[in-house]
Amino acid sequence: MKNKLSRLTIPYVIWMALFVVAPIIMVVIYAFSAADGGFTLANFAKMGTYAVVFTRSFKLALIATLICLLIGYPLAYIMSKEGPRFQRVAMVLIMLPMWMNFLLRTYSWMSILENNGLLNQLFQKIGLIALYNNLFGTDLQFFRMMNTQGAVVLGMVYNYLPFMILPIYSVIIKLDPSLLEAARDLGANTFNVFRRVILPLSLPGVLSGITMVFVPSVSTFAISKMLGGGTELLLGDLIEQQFLGGAYNPYLGAAISLVMMIIVVICMAVMNRFGEGEEQAVMM
Amino acid sequence: MKKTLALALAMMMVAAMTLTGCGGSSSKEERVVNVCSWGEYIDEDLIYQFEDETGIKVNYQTAESTEALYSLLKTGAGDYDVIVPSDYMIGRLIAEDMLAELNYDNIPNYALIDDQYKGLSYDPDNKYTVPYTWGTLGIIYNTTMVDEEITSWDVMFDEKYAGQVLMIRNSRDALAAALLDLGYNINTTDEAQIQEAYELLSTAKNNGVYQAFVMDEVFQKMEGGNAAIAMYYAGDYLTMLENNGDLAYVVPEEGSNWFVDAMCVLKNAQHKEEAEEWINFIAGTDACLANMDYIWYASPNAEALEQYPAYYEETYGEPLDESLYEIMAAPDDVLDRCTLYENLPAETLTLYNDLWTKLGI
Repeated sequence: MKNKLSRLTIPYVIWMALFVVAPIIMVVIYAFSAADGGFTLANFAKMGTYAVVFTRSFKLALIATLICLLIGYPLAYIMSKEGPRFQRVAMVLIMLPMWMNFLLRTYSWMSILENNGLLNQLFQKIGLIALYNNLFGTDLQFFRMMNTQGAVVLGMVYNYLPFMILPIYSVIIKLDPSLLEAARDLGANTFNVFRRVILPLSLPGVLSGITMVFVPSVSTFAISKMLGGGTELLLGDLIEQQFLGGAYNPYLGAAISLVMMIIVVICMAVMNRFGEGEEQAVMM
Repeated sequence: MKKTLALALAMMMVAAMTLTGCGGSSSKEERVVNVCSWGEYIDEDLIYQFEDETGIKVNYQTAESTEALYSLLKTGAGDYDVIVPSDYMIGRLIAEDMLAELNYDNIPNYALIDDQYKGLSYDPDNKYTVPYTWGTLGIIYNTTMVDEEITSWDVMFDEKYAGQVLMIRNSRDALAAALLDLGYNINTTDEAQIQEAYELLSTAKNNGVYQAFVMDEVFQKMEGGNAAIAMYYAGDYLTMLENNGDLAYVVPEEGSNWFVDAMCVLKNAQHKEEAEEWINFIAGTDACLANMDYIWYASPNAEALEQYPAYYEETYGEPLDESLYEIMAAPDDVLDRCTLYENLPAETLTLYNDLWTKLGI
């Protein structure tokens, strides 16, 4: 039995070796190489300069994850309490945007948030900008939304929210109703049922949701390039720049990637510790 | 477990060998040419026309920028025959021995290229390149959002327009604007001058002059009136003008860069013969006219450039505005104050890269 199973894993092992392990080894090799191929630590010596970018990226990704959680958890909870019809419709509505490429969706946010974009035109029409100018004695033509950190966070939340909702939802929907009944039988009110039973049991879903939102957010470059305008680089931009952008330096790029990966792994390990004892649902 | 691992490793190697082996062995029956160019940089009908005429299949791909193309070539990700880099990058590719010498006997249309675009600094002996387009770099501005006539690079660094300026996301052009504004040569290798240019850019950035750093996004932002000022290329200005009549273009008085994008064949190209056929086809007068009409970049083909106003009138039933023609094909008095980029030595390139990364932080 054991043998048979391990034979079945061969394709996966090969796949992982080729496309996961080998690339990571290459990243490590590059990170410690100089342009002439020799060993160097110089790429890491520069890392201090990029501390600002690291902090900025982790800050924005953290905010986006938090907002996703604040929106996603209640939504997932409400969905799980509704009938199957509501659930189906809600599920389609959540998934529907994902059928379209996320670059296109982010691109359309550009035309919504621009200085002369749809939102600002709307504000202009309904007199909101004039009202604001009157109230605060300013002379604004538009609200500046595009090319701000706020816009980047919005882009992250918009793109990654489904990845928060779905794992939480799938955990809550599978909770054994008899557990909730038992809690009520034992005299817990609705709030206590939620706090003492549902919340702890849904934690694995929350943890995998956090991972699935945080990791792509911290390494994104398309969203920050489009909505952030490139005036405040994120880690993803910095790395992309070393490979495909104005500065060709794959060695530095690999070093930054490696440091980022290590920090992310540490974050995830800490989180796993936090959710220890629960089901191992965190995707690594 | 050890056995599994050994087997896995063996299969990995076999897989890797088959994967790499596939690349070279498909060209026996079907004639193919792999072209890599920029987005919106060809009249696509030309591709079909070429395929019909010659039976050669064209795989047409695009890269985002010259630097991105270089990365693709360096990492071996791009399996191209023909590429269309800009002048300074051609110099670099020649210096790094990545281009193949062309057999000009297979490219008779090369004779149609104006002498002005031959023997330029990047390819002084005309061994590697056939020019594709040329043009100028300048400032595009929205006349309804700017109340003066712009004539200087100063506006790219002026706090007066804070939040209204789009800087180009390309180290060479961005630093060129600063160097020109300071009165330096765009090909300078003097570290102090480049540092000074960087300071100018960095100060402007910290003062909030730049709304964003853009490449292709510039179209949406300028056409939609979302920004007042941008620096970009003449041909793209003409495309934007079709969608927003308030835009104006100027080659600043301090001078600017004029560029030539040229077709070259890579040294390791699998389809050199087909590549030369493609180049010859594209350099022909008919193709150049169609291209010019589509992408608004001037052609180096003397015949095509001269015939274009007549071609335009015939196609659209109205004469071509002279001022537009002069933006597309800059007249000599404008070109006189423009300089071609030259390939910079390795130390300067490293400095550019470092400063550019630093600017982003």
